[in-house]
Amino acid sequence: MYTEAVMDHFRNPRNVGSMENADGVGQVGNPKCGDIMKIYLKINDETIEDVKFETFGCGSAIASSSMATELIKGKSINEAVELTNKAVVEALGGLPPVKVHCSVLAEQAVKSALFDYAQKTGKVIKGLENYEPIDDDDIHCH
Amino acid sequence: MSKKFYLDNAATTRVKKEVIDEMLKYFDEKYGNPSSQLYELGRRSKEAIDNARKIVADFINADEKEIYFTAGGSESDNWALKGVAFANFNKGKNHIITTKIEHHAVLHTCEYLEKFGVKTTYLDVDKYGMIDLEQLKEAITPETMLISIMFANNEIGTIQPIEQIGEIAKEHGVLLHVDAVQAMGAVKIDVKKQHIDLLSMSAHKLGGPKGIGGMFIRKGVKIDNLIHGGGQERGKRAGTEGVQNIVGFAKAVELASKDFDAHVKKLTSLRNKFIEGIKNNIPDVILNGHPTMRLPNNVNFSYKYVEGESILLLLDMDGISASSGSACTSGSLDPSHVLLATGLDHGTAHGSIRFTIGEETTEEDISFVVQTMKGIVERLRMMSPIKNDEDLYKK
Repeated sequence: MYTEAVMDHFRNPRNVGSMENADGVGQVGNPKCGDIMKIYLKINDETIEDVKFETFGCGSAIASSSMATELIKGKSINEAVELTNKAVVEALGGLPPVKVHCSVLAEQAVKSALFDYAQKTGKVIKGLENYEPIDDDDIHCH
Repeated sequence: MSKKFYLDNAATTRVKKEVIDEMLKYFDEKYGNPSSQLYELGRRSKEAIDNARKIVADFINADEKEIYFTAGGSESDNWALKGVAFANFNKGKNHIITTKIEHHAVLHTCEYLEKFGVKTTYLDVDKYGMIDLEQLKEAITPETMLISIMFANNEIGTIQPIEQIGEIAKEHGVLLHVDAVQAMGAVKIDVKKQHIDLLSMSAHKLGGPKGIGGMFIRKGVKIDNLIHGGGQERGKRAGTEGVQNIVGFAKAVELASKDFDAHVKKLTSLRNKFIEGIKNNIPDVILNGHPTMRLPNNVNFSYKYVEGESILLLLDMDGISASSGSACTSGSLDPSHVLLATGLDHGTAHGSIRFTIGEETTEEDISFVVQTMKGIVERLRMMSPIKNDEDLYKK
C-alpha cells in the first residue's frame, strides 16, 4: 500500500517533537477528519534553522509531515513557502490517491507556520501576502 | 519467520483442517452436479448437500427444509430485505425497521430499497450499542413488513436481546430478520425460541470457507427470489450448488457445535483478561461495546489522541493483525458508523482498534499484544499534537 520511503518516514520520523520559543507555529486539520499537523519553526536570518512537527493521523500523514520538515530544513523562508504538496508526494515516491490530502495538509502546515512567523515579526513573505488561515469550521474532510 | 498474531477473527478465520479435508473430496472425487440425479456421482453430491442442510438446521433449531445455501452473509442480507420488500409491494406494507449499527449489507440494501418507495426507520443505540426495545415498539406501524436487527455487532461485539425483539415482532405480526454472521458459533441461536423468521449465516467466520453462507427462512414466510434461474434450493435460489463449500460450511458448523460451551468459556476468559490488560496498562482508553453482553472474542477500544491506521501499521511490524474503525483504513471519509452511533466523537472514533481473538490465541499472546499496544500508543501520543480532551474536543 505504501512506498518504502513512506514506511521509512513513518517508522523513523525526522524532526518529531515540539519546540519551545518557536518563531513560527502552524496547526492545520482537525480531529473530525482524523488528521492534525502542527509545525514549529526556528528561524534565524530568514533561514529555517530548525523545524519540528507533531501529527495526529494515519501513516501517510506522519510520513508527509516528516518529509515536509526535511524538505524545508536549512532552507530560506522564501524557498520554504514554495514547498508544494506535489514535492512532498514525489519525495515520498508517491502516495495512494486517497492519501494525497495528507501531503496537502503538510504544505498547509508549513505555510501556516510561516504565516505565524510573518505575523509575529511584521515581515512580508512573498507568496503569503494574501494567506488566510483556514478556519476549522470550514474544513470538509478531504 | 517471527511469530504472527492473527487477531482479526471477526474479519475472517483460518479454515479448519477438518473442513479442508472434507471439502477436498468434492473437487476431484465427488464432483458430480447434485441436479444430475440419474447417476451415482450426482446423487452422492445431492446427499452431501442434504446432510449439510441437516447439520446447519440442527445448529439453529430449524427444520432442514427451512435452510437455503447462499454465497454468504451479504447475499443472505440482500435476499431477506429485497425478497420481503418485493413480496410486499402493492400490498400496503412498505416499512422496514433496522438499526444504525447494521452491517453495510443491510444498510446499503435499505438505501437501495428506499428508491422504490420503501421507508426505513433506523433505531438508535445507547453508548454500549444496545437498541431500546421501547423505541422499537413505537416504530412499528401497520405498514411495517420487516424488522432487521443483527444478533451481534461485528465491530463492537454488542449482543442484542434477540428473544425479546422476537417476541415484540411476533406480537405485532411483523417478520424478524436477524443477521447472525458474527453470532454464529459464539451465541446460542434458536430460531424457534427467539421467534426469528429469517436468519443470515456465513461460514468463514467460524472456520469455514469464504463465499458460502446460508439463510433460514421460516416455513410460510412470503419472500421473493433474489437469484433467478434453475430450480436449485427447492426453486428459491438458482445456481449450481457449490457442493465443496456447502460441505465445508456444514463441517465448520458441526465442529463449532461439538465444543460450543467450552469454546465460548475459553474465549470469554481470554477476552476479559485482554480487556483488563488494556485498561490497566494504557491510560485514556474507552471500551467500545457492552461490558458483558458482548461477543466472547471481541476487544474494541478507542485510544484517545492517536489515530487507528498508525496503530495498525505499527502492530503489523510486530506481526499483529487487527482492524480499526478509523476512516483512514476504510477509504471512506467518516470513521465507523457504528462507533459514531454509540455517541463517540469523530476524533475518538478515529483511534479505535478492534482485536478479535480466536481458537489459537493464547494468554501469552494477549500479554505480548497488550505490552506492544502500550508502547505503540505511548509512541504515537508523543508525536501527537493532541495531548488532552480539550485539544480533542475543541472545534
